[in-house]
Amino acid sequence: MNAFQIVPAGDAAFVVEFEARIDPSVNARAIQLADALQAARVPGVLDVVPTFRSVAIYFDPLRTNGDVLLARIEAEAAKPSSDRGTGRPAVRVPVCYGGELGPDLAAVAAFSHLSEAEVITAHTARIYRAFMVGFVPGFAYLGTVEERIAMPRRDTPRVRVPVGSVGIAGVQTGIYPMETPGGWQLVGRTPLKPFDPDRAEPFLITAGDAVQFYAIDHDRFLDIERQSRATAVAIGVRPGSDPEVRSRRRERCADSATVLPVRGGFLVPPKPRRGDGGREAILP
Amino acid sequence: MSGVRVIKGGMLTTIQDTGRWGYQSRGVPVAGPMDPVSHRLANALVGNERGAATLEVTLLGPELEFEDERVVAVTGAEFDITLDGRPVPLGTSFLVAAESHLRFGQRRRGSRAYLAIRGGVSVPPVLGSRSTHVISAMGGLAGRPLRTGDRITLGVADAARPTVTPPADPLVELPSRPARLRVLPGPQADAFTSDALAALQSAPYTVGQQSDRMGFRLEGPRLTHSRGADIISDATPLGVLQVPASGQPILLMADRQTTGGYPKIATVISADMAVAGQLGPGDTIAFSMCTPREAMAALIAQERALMVLEMGRQ
Repeated sequence: MNAFQIVPAGDAAFVVEFEARIDPSVNARAIQLADALQAARVPGVLDVVPTFRSVAIYFDPLRTNGDVLLARIEAEAAKPSSDRGTGRPAVRVPVCYGGELGPDLAAVAAFSHLSEAEVITAHTARIYRAFMVGFVPGFAYLGTVEERIAMPRRDTPRVRVPVGSVGIAGVQTGIYPMETPGGWQLVGRTPLKPFDPDRAEPFLITAGDAVQFYAIDHDRFLDIERQSRATAVAIGVRPGSDPEVRSRRRERCADSATVLPVRGGFLVPPKPRRGDGGREAILP
Repeated sequence: MSGVRVIKGGMLTTIQDTGRWGYQSRGVPVAGPMDPVSHRLANALVGNERGAATLEVTLLGPELEFEDERVVAVTGAEFDITLDGRPVPLGTSFLVAAESHLRFGQRRRGSRAYLAIRGGVSVPPVLGSRSTHVISAMGGLAGRPLRTGDRITLGVADAARPTVTPPADPLVELPSRPARLRVLPGPQADAFTSDALAALQSAPYTVGQQSDRMGFRLEGPRLTHSRGADIISDATPLGVLQVPASGQPILLMADRQTTGGYPKIATVISADMAVAGQLGPGDTIAFSMCTPREAMAALIAQERALMVLEMGRQ
């Protein structure tokens, strides 16, 4: 259970690899190690990056004794995993499902042979795990969604996906933190911003967090959006600097549904589909 | 605060400091200079701290108008540069009078030049850094390259920091043909066939047209995976060679994403990243394996040369 190996990545990084599978307990080990190394503030360490099943430790080789750092990492990695969790409360994310804000909700409903309301129920019922944050600032890989609604990506990615769009890609779900091209099935949109460098806490979701979506109607969506803008003004940041904040929104959300129990089970999420690397790799 | 007016932005002129470290766990790319040694040298020449923001100039340079008198230096790629029409030297500091125009002309060698201005470029830092990351529209001037009509503000020079004498020998070898880059195997060399590391060193690779600050797509000997071209996504260090299903490696550079899902066969050593940062489409690279000891010795030699220069301020 404690199996790990440490491999160098060039002369300025070590990677601690746990078991090669996507699993909450393996992921928890990686995040626990990353948190411990972050907290230790080891001199010369520049960045600690937990992913699904590994932790990368970036350091300045001129200001770090590699052997000492390696011993430190080994000692931390060998510690038994604790089931304490992160100690952070679950992140609750309001989503206006369907309509123009969730243009693929109907497609997901057709795919899953469910009504739109049932898709919303299925998507909001689970508490998801944020396995890692990567690709673009603040993009958290959440999993796993109920198998029935685990619709694959669109054949043709959209050129522009608005900020806050909530998508499904197989058993993964996530929120687009910035306007990018993207191929996920968009079921709704949150008025919260997953990433805002002007906010006191710029990131909505941290790796290891529990995340749950809840359905809101369109009026509530606009309310929350207005509030978050007002908050931004109150703390002295640039108001209205965000192109996605637009006043003219006539679209309506699908009716929110009551929460129904869903069955458990855990699937290995497919990796984000990419082209042959390089620029396409940005598409989550 | 005095500043610089952008008459022409050039092809891709961005504000860069030493990068946005500490946020990769949040998905925030590091960015920073492609050629960190030339960036640091330029700052030293004008008496800036090493972390001051400079302008990284790519292939086609900008034209700039200075509002006040400043000491500046250009390092890295060789361009014909004129100040109000008169040629100025590279790799050393010189004075720019108020209202004068600094213009980058023909490029001779290398891909990226660094213009350091005494006092530094002083845009507001984002997450602790002024570095521009264009894809996430972060840092620099509104997260984008400079363009006509922009104005960038400059910091106040630290009077206690004099300019320094340029080094006798170049600190960054501008790419010869092919550029030699030393690599260490891993982190996933075992995801390739046993002859893949030999293949990597067997013939030069050409930097493809689709190459930018994120990474260089390389064309050359095919590297064969031993168990598929997918791994569970993990972190992507600077200088790593990730290999998608095509078998053609991609060298990840300053603007790389924080994570990726392709196996990584080898990693360019830190000391050679400055040379890598001077490459552009059409340039060629000869990779050669080295040992961790060689990598460290090369980095120490590079650091010593820079420190001698920085401490030799008189």
